[in-house]
Amino acid sequence: MANHVKLATEFVKNSERARWHDKALWFVRSKRDIAASSVPEWELLREKASAIKLHTMSRLPELLAQFEANAKSRGIHVHWARTAADHNAIVLDLLQHHNVRQVVKSKSMLTEECHLNPFLQRHDIQVVDTDLGERIVQLRDEPPSHIVLPAIHIKKEEVGEVFHEHLGTQAGATDPQYLTEAAREHLRAKFLAADAGITGVNFAVAETGGFVVCTNEGNADLGVSLPKLHIACMGIEKLIPRAEHLAVFLRLLARSATGQPITTYTSHFHGPLQGGELHVVLVDNGRSEILGSDDFRRSLNCIRCGACMNTCPVYRRSGGHSYGTTVPGPIGSILAPARDVAQHYSLPHACSLCGSCTDVCPVKIDLHHQLLAWRREIRVRGHLPRSKALAMRLTSWVCRRPRLYNLMGRMARFVLRVTPRFLTYNRRNAWGLQRELPVPPRKSFRDSFDAD
Amino acid sequence: MLESWVEYANPTEKFLELLAAVGGRGHCVDDLSAAREIIRQNKTLASAARIASAVPELEPGNVDLEQIDDPHELADVGLAIVPGVFAVAENGAVWLDASMWRHRVLPFLAQHTCLVVPAGEICNNMHEAYGRLDFAASGFGLFMSGPSKTADIEQSLVIGAHGARSLTVFLVG
Repeated sequence: MANHVKLATEFVKNSERARWHDKALWFVRSKRDIAASSVPEWELLREKASAIKLHTMSRLPELLAQFEANAKSRGIHVHWARTAADHNAIVLDLLQHHNVRQVVKSKSMLTEECHLNPFLQRHDIQVVDTDLGERIVQLRDEPPSHIVLPAIHIKKEEVGEVFHEHLGTQAGATDPQYLTEAAREHLRAKFLAADAGITGVNFAVAETGGFVVCTNEGNADLGVSLPKLHIACMGIEKLIPRAEHLAVFLRLLARSATGQPITTYTSHFHGPLQGGELHVVLVDNGRSEILGSDDFRRSLNCIRCGACMNTCPVYRRSGGHSYGTTVPGPIGSILAPARDVAQHYSLPHACSLCGSCTDVCPVKIDLHHQLLAWRREIRVRGHLPRSKALAMRLTSWVCRRPRLYNLMGRMARFVLRVTPRFLTYNRRNAWGLQRELPVPPRKSFRDSFDAD
Repeated sequence: MLESWVEYANPTEKFLELLAAVGGRGHCVDDLSAAREIIRQNKTLASAARIASAVPELEPGNVDLEQIDDPHELADVGLAIVPGVFAVAENGAVWLDASMWRHRVLPFLAQHTCLVVPAGEICNNMHEAYGRLDFAASGFGLFMSGPSKTADIEQSLVIGAHGARSLTVFLVG
């Protein structure tokens, strides 16, 4: 079973590339800092955003019902999906009902989570991801490695290669302008030929029954303003109570994600296209379980900005593909175990508990606290690897016996001082592969303290 | 909300500054004829073969939107001109209400887009913006801030992704 340690080890083997990836993500983090510091009321906005989300979570059923009623009064169809499978079935049914063969889809992590694309492909419906980064990874037949910057792990030479193969661009081309122009032409044809458009939802508003989709490229709007069928897929946690609340979230979202004051297009959908149909699919897929957990409820505040990923030293140096889950990084390491703890037990341990994620989260999720809580949960549910579980039990046993603890400390200080280096640092000491142990002191703290 | 949010001494200036920062072009003009002149002086905009305008007093255009039923026929529009409702200083955005022109896709599908906004209709921040908006009668509206763009290829910013390659905003009056 692939876990973060194994996958990350592969990633860091190419240390130059790992360093490039690290710098690229840190650059995005620093743009966020500049944007945040330019807003004098930044901390107040974060506090408000968190409060609005917590309020929403406390009244989710009634607000969802309000959303549905208001949406329906606007001529918007609302569907409810308990699981990913339900969601996929609903979308397929709608598409088949309208004889759709070609779909264009703008960025939706929710549809990634439900594995919608391969499902539709199996039913002979062609799905084209229209966000440039998503299209690149789609052509390379790999998942996105970041929720906002899907192709952040790819170099322009590699984009040139995949475009040469699929779009007919010049071999060896690397100029981003040239490559983007080629993608523009290619995707424009797709927009014009599409039978239906699928989008995600950044925010749904209970008060109005409408929803907001944010892009920089305009691909969502093009995708749903030409064909007559628009299907918007959303996790139920994307709901907010009132339209005025959008001001708070929109001031935080793009600044946290990329350092921009706002995305180029922030589209508010309150009804279908003339002569068209608009459908919203509300998806639970484990969110109610998280809602019921005191420890992890706040993770539903997430507005999918990616700021936690950009700052996380582990994510920056291991890449999104090391997480083996749709949403990587700190937030992903909290959401994934909730869905499947057996598969994702390693993720909460892929963390130095530095707390940088919590610092930058625009909706004040206590990310690093939840990651620590998950480590406890993983042990309680019996998914801690045997070696770690044994080591923990041994340590706990020793720590409960002060005299034994002191004796072991004394022995360790002695042994480390006299042991030749090659015995301490070798393949068996995985921890010591890239780190130096501290120099063992002559006296323990207790000895020094008692002496005084 | 009861808080007081950021306000600018000169919101118009702030708007123009932010618009430029996101790759858009802004012009304060006294009247529509001044705007027309600016368009004529711009080689790229002036050379557009097909112009679809929902602001006929500025530019009648040569695409009759009322005669077109299928928005796909707008694929060859070089320049789109649509009215904006108000501007937002803090982020260079303009609120557009699609009920003010025919075919929602127009400002996204055209190669270049111009927005015409009354000069006095400008607010400081997004909270004020939502104070002005009433979604009761709205079908589709959006904040548009600058031209389309992407940085998905090795973080290099490219202006003109799928939407308009350029955005020009006229603050008129």
